[in-house]
Amino acid sequence: MLNTDTSIARTKIAIKNLNFYYGKFKALKDINLDIPEGRVTAFIGPSGCGKSTLLRVLNRMFELYPEQRAEGQILLDGENLLNSKDDVALLRAKVGMVFQKPTPFPMSIYDNVAFGVKLFENLSANDMEERVEWALRKSALWTEVKDKLQQSGSSLSGGQQQRLCIARGIAIKPEVLLLDEPCSALDPISTAKVEELIVELKADYTVVIVTHNMQQAARCSDYTAYMYLGDLIEFGDTKQMFFKPKRKETEDYITGRFG
Amino acid sequence: MPDKHLSTQFDSELTSVSSQVMEMGGLVESQIIGAMKALAHFSLESADEVAATEARVNAMEIEIDRDLSSIIARRQPTARDLRLLIAISKTTANLERVGDEAAKIARMVRSIIEAGAPRALPTLELRYAGELASGLLNKALDAFARLDVNAALSILKEDDEIDREFDGFVRILITYMMEDPRTISASLDLLFLAKAIERIGDHAKNIAEFIIYVVKGEDVRHSSMAQVEQAIQ
Repeated sequence: MLNTDTSIARTKIAIKNLNFYYGKFKALKDINLDIPEGRVTAFIGPSGCGKSTLLRVLNRMFELYPEQRAEGQILLDGENLLNSKDDVALLRAKVGMVFQKPTPFPMSIYDNVAFGVKLFENLSANDMEERVEWALRKSALWTEVKDKLQQSGSSLSGGQQQRLCIARGIAIKPEVLLLDEPCSALDPISTAKVEELIVELKADYTVVIVTHNMQQAARCSDYTAYMYLGDLIEFGDTKQMFFKPKRKETEDYITGRFG
Repeated sequence: MPDKHLSTQFDSELTSVSSQVMEMGGLVESQIIGAMKALAHFSLESADEVAATEARVNAMEIEIDRDLSSIIARRQPTARDLRLLIAISKTTANLERVGDEAAKIARMVRSIIEAGAPRALPTLELRYAGELASGLLNKALDAFARLDVNAALSILKEDDEIDREFDGFVRILITYMMEDPRTISASLDLLFLAKAIERIGDHAKNIAEFIIYVVKGEDVRHSSMAQVEQAIQ
C-alpha cells in the first residue's frame, strides 16, 4: 500500500505562480503546486503539456539555454531557488536528476558512481568505496555489478545503465530526485526494478517523476499532477486521481478519451 | 457512454459487454414474468420454461465475466471505465441471483400444484408484488443502460414499497393459516415465494446502487437515503 497520508508529509518544494517561457512561447502558466517530502509525485499529461519543462525548472536545468526563463517562485525548504545566488552545481547536488535515456559516463562503473561524489566531498578511499557500494545497493544494482566494478558503464544493459544513473544520482545524497521518463527506454523487467526502486527511494528522498506511462504513475506515485498545455489541471492523491478524478479533463486523459 | 475513447476497439468492447448485460437482464426478466404466469395460472408449463432459461442465464454470467477479465487485462481501465466494469460484474452477479429466485418461485409453484393445494390461497397480492419487482428490475436495467442516477434513486425508494408489500403479505398468510391449518403447508410455500419476490426487489436496488457508483464514484451500499441523496448531488 502506498503511503498517501498527507497529514505527515511536509512540503519539500513549493511552486508558486510559476510561469516559464521558451523565448516568447509561454510553456508553463501560473503553476502552483506543493510537492510533499518523502513521497513520490508524478507529472502526467500529453506531449507538450509542460511536465518535463516543470521538472527541468526544479533544478534550473533550463539555465543552460539563454532564451529560456522562469518567473515566480520555487521554494526548496522555503528558499527560492530561482533567485538563489547559490552555485547551480550545489543546487543540483541537492536536487538530482535522471534522464530519459541512460547516460553513463565513458568510464568504469565504479567511477560513474564516484564521479559526482568527488566534486562535493573529500572522502577517503575506504569511505568512497562504501559510498559507491551503498549507492549501488540502493539502486538495486550491486549484486549484478559487484564483480565487475572496473568494467565500462556502457557495457551494462539498458536497464542496468539506468539504475547506474540512479546510483550516480543518489551517491551524492541529494534531497530531491527528479526522474524524467526514467523507464521509457527500458524493457518491462527493468522497468519493474526501477519502479520498485522508486518506491524504496522515497524513504530517504522526495521523488518527482515525469512519465508518459500513466499506469506507471498509478503504480508508483503517491500524488499525481495532470498537466495540459502548460496548465496544472489537477493535483491530488494518486488513488483518487485514477479512481475518481475531480476534473473531467483529467478523467478524459486517464481513460484514453483525450482527443 | 456518449464520449468516445481514442481506441474505437475499446469502445466496441465496452458496448459489447454492456449489451450482453442487457441481454442477460432481458432473459432474467422473462424468467420473472414466466414465474408469475406459473403462479397466476398454476401452470406447470410456464414453471418448466423458467427452469429451462436458468442454464442460459448462468452461461451468460460466465461469458460476461470472461469478457470483463479480458478487458481489464488488456486495457487496464481507470476511473469511470474501471467503475463501469466493476459495476457490470456486480450487476451480472445480481442478475444471476434474480434468475435463481425466479427458478425458486417456479419450483414452489410446481410443488404447490403437485400437492393439490387449494386455489383459494391469496396469490393475487403476490402477483402484484411480483409485478412490482419485475417492473423494478426493468427500470434498473433501463437506468443502467442510460446510466441515469435520478432513475436509480427512484428505484431505491420503490424497493421500500416491495418490502412493505412483503410485510403485509406475511400478515395475510398468518390469518389464513390460523383460520384453516390445512393451508399451512401451501402457505409456507407462498411465504418462501414472497420472500423470493422481495429478494428480486433487493437485487434491483443493488443494481441501482451500482449506477450511482459508476456515475458519481460514490459507493452508496448500506447508506441511508439521505446519504444517497447527498452522494448524487
